[in-house]
Amino acid sequence: MNTNAEVLDSRILLSQDEKGRLVYVDEHEQKHVDVVAVRAFPITDTMHGISILTKEGKELTWIDNIETVANPARSLLEEALDQKQFMPIISKVLSISRTAEPNEWEVETNRGPTRFPLRSEEDVLRLTGQRALIIDANGVRYLITDLTTLDTRSRRLLERYL
Amino acid sequence: MESIPILESWRSTVGPVLDSDEKVLASFEPNLDAQLHFQQALLVLTPRRLIQFLRQQHSCQSWPVGPDLGLALIEQGSVGTLELQGPSGRISSWRFTIGQSSAARVMCERLEAVQTGQNLQETSICPSCGAIMPATATKCPACAPQSEVGSLASLFRLVSFARPRLAMIILSGALTLASTAVGLIPPYLTIPLLDEVLIPYQSGKPAAFSLVYWYLGGLLIAAFLGWLLGWASSYVSAWVSERISADLRRRTYAHLQRLSLEFFGGRRTGDLLSRISTDTDRLCNFLSLHLIDFVKDILMIVMTAGILLWLDPMLALAALLPFPIIVWLVQWFRSRLLRHYIRSTVAWADMTSVLTDTISGIRVVKAFAQEQREIDRFNETDQRVVASNDRVNRMWAFLGPVITLLTTVGLLIVWAFAAYRVYQSSITVGILTAFIAYITSFYARSESLISIFSSVQRAAASASRIFEILDRVPSVPEPTDPVVPARIEGAIELSGIRFKYGQREVIHGIDLTIRPGEMIGLVGPSGAGKSTLINLICRFFDVAQGSIRIDGHDIRTMPIEVYRKNIGIVLQEPFLFYGTVAENIAYGRPGATRQEIVAAARAARAHEFILKLADGYDSIVGERGQSLSGGERQRISIARALLIDPRILILDEATSSVDTETERDIQAALDVLIKGRTTIAIAHRLSTLRRADRIVVIDNGRIVETGTHPELLRLRGKYAQLHRAQIEMVQGHAV
Repeated sequence: MNTNAEVLDSRILLSQDEKGRLVYVDEHEQKHVDVVAVRAFPITDTMHGISILTKEGKELTWIDNIETVANPARSLLEEALDQKQFMPIISKVLSISRTAEPNEWEVETNRGPTRFPLRSEEDVLRLTGQRALIIDANGVRYLITDLTTLDTRSRRLLERYL
Repeated sequence: MESIPILESWRSTVGPVLDSDEKVLASFEPNLDAQLHFQQALLVLTPRRLIQFLRQQHSCQSWPVGPDLGLALIEQGSVGTLELQGPSGRISSWRFTIGQSSAARVMCERLEAVQTGQNLQETSICPSCGAIMPATATKCPACAPQSEVGSLASLFRLVSFARPRLAMIILSGALTLASTAVGLIPPYLTIPLLDEVLIPYQSGKPAAFSLVYWYLGGLLIAAFLGWLLGWASSYVSAWVSERISADLRRRTYAHLQRLSLEFFGGRRTGDLLSRISTDTDRLCNFLSLHLIDFVKDILMIVMTAGILLWLDPMLALAALLPFPIIVWLVQWFRSRLLRHYIRSTVAWADMTSVLTDTISGIRVVKAFAQEQREIDRFNETDQRVVASNDRVNRMWAFLGPVITLLTTVGLLIVWAFAAYRVYQSSITVGILTAFIAYITSFYARSESLISIFSSVQRAAASASRIFEILDRVPSVPEPTDPVVPARIEGAIELSGIRFKYGQREVIHGIDLTIRPGEMIGLVGPSGAGKSTLINLICRFFDVAQGSIRIDGHDIRTMPIEVYRKNIGIVLQEPFLFYGTVAENIAYGRPGATRQEIVAAARAARAHEFILKLADGYDSIVGERGQSLSGGERQRISIARALLIDPRILILDEATSSVDTETERDIQAALDVLIKGRTTIAIAHRLSTLRRADRIVVIDNGRIVETGTHPELLRLRGKYAQLHRAQIEMVQGHAV
């Protein structure tokens, strides 16, 4: 477990092998293949608190602030994080197919427009602050970062759930 | 020590026998004789002697209280025996029914106290409601069923909540009055419309048709005003009652939070939840709907009656007299309906409980292949539901037309009288029409008026349930002159602790001194008093006698909040609130930074499994959130305790076993937690006991052995016995 994260951040040796797996070299020059990058606070703080773990879940290093990581490691890291904790942020709710579940939602997110099925109203969760989390029938998670900044149509559609 | 009052019926017999300064310490009625026949007898204990009175024989016998005298209590089913034993054996015995057993127990304790010269405990805690009660009382005064449960008195107490909103209440009252008055205008306006315009027209007499416009205009204005005022009065009334209900809910919740732990111990969560949500909801409905409707009805009835009497007293009397009779009849029908309705709700509850049972226990049902049997059972209870609902529906179908019939009959009576009066030229047709209009709306109100009776009853029941909470006094009072200590070192001193739970004394005098940073392991058979001792140290209850000191300060002199903030508690069943993992860990210190939370989780060996969760530290846990295993919850609970960095740590170890790897993690986490803190652990694990600086063995509310693990094993006493049993269990487990 690393406590000198700052010292190491500029030297985070993160690379990708030919199979596309993430490789991490720790301070003892030991190579770890197929490591996993995880955000500790994926909803409330995406920039701080990133952990690099082995495939089995043992922590290898802890990054306090992602901004201290230099490219190209940083872009690799961000890509891996987004893949692991894929969570599109909904900017607009365009339509909901019907009032009873299961229904289909049509939304616009920061990764483009998409549709997803919702299984039950319990899968729409109100979080602290003005945040909300929607888990679709396939397990994909969608985040709404600020309910107050949504347009009126989206808010009216969400009224039933929140 | 106060003298206990003697029962009324015995006072004249006992009084003369006692010396002037002789106090009565205990009294008890052995109501059965040696042949188990009912008798009237009394046993009285004073500091000097034990006196027996027998009513039938007019006899009185006494024994001096000496050191060689003893009372033994034997309970067998519903009959008990109290034996007085002396140096040469049994001196006397008395028999009694089970209702007297707590009084008998008090007598035994008091005798023992007198002989050993102890100070008698003044107070005790009621086991079911947690209120402080005098130690001699056999029934808790707060729990005693109140004679006025659900009486109207509890509704009147709501008035105190209404007082802050008095201005608005007066406004709403005025508006209701105005709107009701305006509502009474239209029939009145039809009188001249008919008498002076339309009827003359019909009979060929001249009349100014233009007057029609005036009267109709008046009616229109009245309707408009009525609408306006009605809207305003409903709005204001609803506003006021909503605020009053909110005040009630908030006050009840706040008060509930301040009550001490034993109140919650005696009650089920569901009961408390329903009081705050359902009962306040019912009261809110009552205030905003039923009460307001009732007031409107009363106003309307009174004003209508006034107008009728003013128009034509004779006819008014004829019209109004049937009214009470009709009301009474409808009320009678309704009460019969209610009885059937209650039966149907009971049937429904039975069905629901079968449902809850079999759906929660579906695994057992399937494992034993009892599906068909459960289906049959359900059908049976459902059949009863159908049967009772049928009865209710039959009555209900009957009730509606009955009311209509009765009101029609009432109207016919009015018609008959009115027609007669018109015939006699005492009144005009216009007045007759107005009368009929007034009486019709009068009767229309009668049914809603009757429904108020049942809603008043239900609301009164809800109100008294809420006031039951508000009337409770927290039995752990805040100090009047709080002393806030500087940094706490963590030295704990228990001296002469005694604690009574109801009639049972659970802690019989415990003395223990703990150095700062020392780790004490508490062991003992279940029911020995370990958890009670922990609760006393946490100050969830107050000791009946003796004191608990931290760094020399009595804990009762410190503000409760300050004291508890310095104690970290890890419970057997870790409870996580509905919120994120981060929020749960930071529960004791909501302002903690993310780094602090992660550090605490790391130290508690929880960090890695948290990272495995889909949302990491932002994952929602708790009743409706992610389900975690027992070991995971334990570690979060340890992180929670670590975060507040307490000087004193209380650990109530989980008895449930986890896999060895998790066990190792939990142990490592506990090691971190314990380091440098004064720890009191109810220990079950061998590993914990070995780490303890000292082990204290408690049995029957007393300390029986203390020492380190090897020392106690060498003693071959209680500890060695428990230890051996545990080893056997653990080894059995491993196999």
